[in-house]
Amino acid sequence: MGKGVRSIVISGYGTNCEVEMAYACKLAGADVEIVHISELIYGEKRLDDYHFLNFPGGFLDGDDLGAAKAAANRWRYARVKNTGEPLFEQLLRFINDGKPILGVCNGFQLMVKLGLLPALNGNYNEQVATLSYNDSGRFEDRWVYLKVDKESPCIFTKGLDTIYLPVRHAEGKFIPKDEPTLNLIEERHLAVLKYIHNETKEPTMEYPFNPNGSTAAIAGICDPTGRLFGLMPHPEVYLFFTHHPRWTREDLPAEGLGLAVFYNAIEYIKENLL
Amino acid sequence: MPFRVEVGFKEGIRDAQGEKIAKKIRNFLGIDVKGVKSIFVYTIDADLTEEEVERIASGPFSDPIIQRFSINEPLEGDFDFLIEVGFRPGVTDNVGRTAKEAIECLLGKRLKEEEKVYTSILYLIKGDLNEKDAERIAKDLLANTLINRYYIISRKDWDGKVSIHLPKVKSIREPQVLKIDLNIPDDELLKLSKDRLLALNLKEMKTIQRYFNDKRVIEERKEVGLDERITDVEIEAIAQTWSEHCKHKIFNGIIHYTDENGKETIINSLFDTYIRRATEEIRRKKGKDDFCLSVFSDNAGVIKFNDDFNLVFKVETHNSPSALDPYGGALTGIVGVNRDPFGTGKGAKLIFNTDIFCFASPFYNRPLPPRLLHPRRIFYGVREGVEHGGNKSGIPTVNGCIVFDERYLGKPLVYCGTGGIMPSKISGEPSHIKRARPGDYIVMTGGRIGKDGIHGATFSSEELHEGSPTAAVQIGDPITQKKMFDFLLIARDRGWYNSITDNGAGGLSCSVGEMARESGGAELHLDRAPLKYAGLDPWEILVSESQERMTLSVPKEHIDKFLELAEKMDVEATVLGRFTDSGKFHVLYKGKTVLYLDMEFFHNGVPKREMIAKWDPPRYEEPDFPPPDDLTETLKIMLGRLNICSKEEVVRQYDHEVQGGSVIKPLVGISNDGPSDAAVIRPILESHEGVVVSNGICPRYGDIDTYHMTACALDEAIRNAISVGGTLRHLAVLDNFCWCDPILSEKTPDGPYKLAKLVRANQALYDYTTAYGVPCISGKDSMKNDYHIGNIKISIPPTILFSAIGKIEDVRKAVTMDVKRPGDLVYVLGMTYNELGASEYFLQNGAIGNNVPKVRAKAAKRLYEALNTAIENRLIASCHDISDGGLGVCLAEKAFSGGLGIEVDLRYVPKDGIDRDDYLLFSESQSRFLVTVHPKDKDAFEEIMKGCIFSQIGKVRDDRTFKVIGLNGDVIILTDIYELKEAWQRTLRGLF
Repeated sequence: MGKGVRSIVISGYGTNCEVEMAYACKLAGADVEIVHISELIYGEKRLDDYHFLNFPGGFLDGDDLGAAKAAANRWRYARVKNTGEPLFEQLLRFINDGKPILGVCNGFQLMVKLGLLPALNGNYNEQVATLSYNDSGRFEDRWVYLKVDKESPCIFTKGLDTIYLPVRHAEGKFIPKDEPTLNLIEERHLAVLKYIHNETKEPTMEYPFNPNGSTAAIAGICDPTGRLFGLMPHPEVYLFFTHHPRWTREDLPAEGLGLAVFYNAIEYIKENLL
Repeated sequence: MPFRVEVGFKEGIRDAQGEKIAKKIRNFLGIDVKGVKSIFVYTIDADLTEEEVERIASGPFSDPIIQRFSINEPLEGDFDFLIEVGFRPGVTDNVGRTAKEAIECLLGKRLKEEEKVYTSILYLIKGDLNEKDAERIAKDLLANTLINRYYIISRKDWDGKVSIHLPKVKSIREPQVLKIDLNIPDDELLKLSKDRLLALNLKEMKTIQRYFNDKRVIEERKEVGLDERITDVEIEAIAQTWSEHCKHKIFNGIIHYTDENGKETIINSLFDTYIRRATEEIRRKKGKDDFCLSVFSDNAGVIKFNDDFNLVFKVETHNSPSALDPYGGALTGIVGVNRDPFGTGKGAKLIFNTDIFCFASPFYNRPLPPRLLHPRRIFYGVREGVEHGGNKSGIPTVNGCIVFDERYLGKPLVYCGTGGIMPSKISGEPSHIKRARPGDYIVMTGGRIGKDGIHGATFSSEELHEGSPTAAVQIGDPITQKKMFDFLLIARDRGWYNSITDNGAGGLSCSVGEMARESGGAELHLDRAPLKYAGLDPWEILVSESQERMTLSVPKEHIDKFLELAEKMDVEATVLGRFTDSGKFHVLYKGKTVLYLDMEFFHNGVPKREMIAKWDPPRYEEPDFPPPDDLTETLKIMLGRLNICSKEEVVRQYDHEVQGGSVIKPLVGISNDGPSDAAVIRPILESHEGVVVSNGICPRYGDIDTYHMTACALDEAIRNAISVGGTLRHLAVLDNFCWCDPILSEKTPDGPYKLAKLVRANQALYDYTTAYGVPCISGKDSMKNDYHIGNIKISIPPTILFSAIGKIEDVRKAVTMDVKRPGDLVYVLGMTYNELGASEYFLQNGAIGNNVPKVRAKAAKRLYEALNTAIENRLIASCHDISDGGLGVCLAEKAFSGGLGIEVDLRYVPKDGIDRDDYLLFSESQSRFLVTVHPKDKDAFEEIMKGCIFSQIGKVRDDRTFKVIGLNGDVIILTDIYELKEAWQRTLRGLF
């Protein structure tokens, strides 16, 4: 790989959005590698060699113990063969090095269940929120309107106002541990993305605009540094106008707004890490 | 000591799953429950300390934010009835397996092979119900007794403690091999076939008998330690390989066919005469433009996509298993068909699923015949099985359809299709060609072998009892398969294997048996195969249909790397023997030969079947009802019919966008809810080249004539593809026959008629695929879709599905069905004939009639080519094919999907033999479209369409008014598009 931004997309054990996520990184100007988690566990690849970590969507371990639960367990306890280094330490080092992490859908669930998000007091090892079953009790694939909190420290959403993206999940209802946790998330502008009504353009609890019943209509959150970001909707599948469900009837720019999330990450790395 | 961990939601956290169950109990069973709580139960049978279990329960097993847990004591006691549902012994418990891995990861140690986690769900039900209600809830909704065990406790009988139940498989005896003397009277041969569920007839049994009496055979067998008796391993393997499923004996047999004029013909193989011949002729005619690469010879058909990539496509059925266990059957159906493109050539990456279901009405309200599940439950389970199978595999479900007919009560049809893409060359060799070489290792990857799926669905439930594993139903595990596919794609690209095939029907006996044809023989050691549990007899290992397994031939120089990478990626891979060129299929167990058969006999020994077919066209009463007074109301009724209404709630639950290539989604239009005609995806993200996928199915027409049913189904698949921008130049189809038993017997006295229907269908397949120049590249037949218990017999209507796959050069030119702009001109393309036979409209009026729609291929082909040119020139704003419910339904769908009114005048519709408004609106004549065109494109469009039948019939309005002027000039329909939409959407709303 060259001297540019190096991106890594973690695959394996049921991830299924790694190809389009890698493609989004590439379109946004990064070098990118899809790395199977076993390559990390076998010590063939190390997170340290990359700038931008992506946790793609999928059904990690079939979501058998709850969405991304078994995978969170793996990330927390797995050790690198030979060196014996806990994988989680590599991950913490990546964070401490000031590098950005993006988790989409199942990747977001993984980050929340590991404690990487929202990591209110900088503690990346304690789960203080969760993503649970949609109020509808169903998996649904539908496009939703999202509003960006412009005061958020999130580096991924700079310059964005509203975006339109698909959700594709059965367990996307954001639930914080308690009221104070929610208040902190809101006060610090960590609730980066909220589901909005298509007419009022305001955050809503109304189905299907809020597709899962998420608390405070939260669709995505970041950590206090703004470098760790997770969201249920899929920015990696709105890269071209033909991804948009109404592209045959609306005038749309050639590039999709989902790509902006990746441009922002790459830009941040170029400015701060290279 | 086993532990029981119960996990439930904390107070105040919504239990959406419990609510869903409560809703189902109310809706499906009509029992008024107050509420249901669901509690997840892990029973850990492992040598662990209490402290370890505490860590596990609070770690991977529960979510600290919303859940709480208890260990070895009940989590909650507030219920009127408690029902616990777990698995029967030996049934795949995916969650249990993941739970075990999580424990190992958490504790940093391996658990023993026999240490396991079993999962179950506890439902705490509140409400004023009695024991009988609870029993119904358990049996008719929560548990499927084929695979589940359950128990019920009422509050008053509850002792406040938990009981720990371990559904372990108890193996009763040592594995054994039986030897059977075939020199027995005919009736005993038949009894043997019946008792062992071999499904072999006397002619076939006698053929086997002759082989085992052959002196040379006996001599050779002696050399390997066998004698003239056949082993149970051999007879089972032969039965699998010679089964209807594998050998298509009806399609390959000899048919004495008498047509309606009494003329007799002998058809030597329907498949060769009609299907293969048609494709051969089409390919010859296409010459250098022939895009077919591998047809009929592999697990799926292969066509060219572009110079660098090939497309692979297969549609399978999984009907009988879905009738018994809708969820498991359908899940296995979809993950099973995934392995077909993956096991074709050197293996394809899977890029889309398409599913077609045929059910009886979910509102069926008469008594159910014994052993049948209610169609709503089947619908529900099938939908969910396909959701889990497709979504979890990360393959987009890009389109499909659902057909309703009362006769599918006897057996639902579950068609599952999967497409794949592969580089045209792998390691410099054409990817669609594979060849196991003598000396290659036989390697099995993926899941382990259990007793699941032995003998498919021909079992009876009496054989199932606690302690004996269920033999009938497999439960697929998409994640095990996904992990295997991730690994195999790497192995493929590194050129580590020479051949690959899937383990489906017939298990190893078929997969190794098939691949052995490539090398000329095989030596297989059954005792080396990894098993789910001990106690399988060798024949069971050989024919088990346990899921998620592929068989590969790996040359010596790559075997170490292959096995090493498999281990690293957590995929089981085991060497089971070698491919040879001995001419023998040689199977051993613990070093002793248990099967020794000549490859030639094994594969080509099955005798040809001879059958009788007689075509006697049915005559139905021609309906005679007056035109309705209020056609607005009639249109609403038509829009709400099961075969026409919105299926959005089903579609939404399938991920149709994963992999990032979605272009034309199943739901389109201003509110993302209009019914798309076909799917378009971009399998290569860097390119604008796309794949078009569509389906055609119209079983109702077969009640009049399966010839026209077949023509219409093919036409529908093709015109759906054309509608979004596909082209006849690059389009292929799969044929998929689901029939009722067409063999004359005591049970089926009308066999010759049903077989004649099959002959007619094949004749149409030949006539119309050649007329359109659209080749069949692969297919499937399922020939025994009947229900017969006691004196009740339900046969499904003969059903053919065509699934089309094609290429669109530039997806940016694709078209959707919704009207786009006020002022656009509305055109109808194609002629409307008096063809209401077996139409939705006649059915609505209680009639069948006789004027079945016919396909005029010559005119249709010209129209399809012209329309394609118009689309390529970007002259078409919207295009929707006219099918069920005819012009009226099509107009309404276009209008409300686009959110704009339409005004048309029926006097401008090209018609032939129709003088009634209702007939003109609802005739189901084929090869028609409704398109809208921007006024500026009018001239260019009309120029291109010259020579075709087409007419401008109206305009798109700028409001919500839907207005139709009738043949006498009066307004016959006047309404708001959203009223029509409501009529279309409400039928299935809230059902899921």
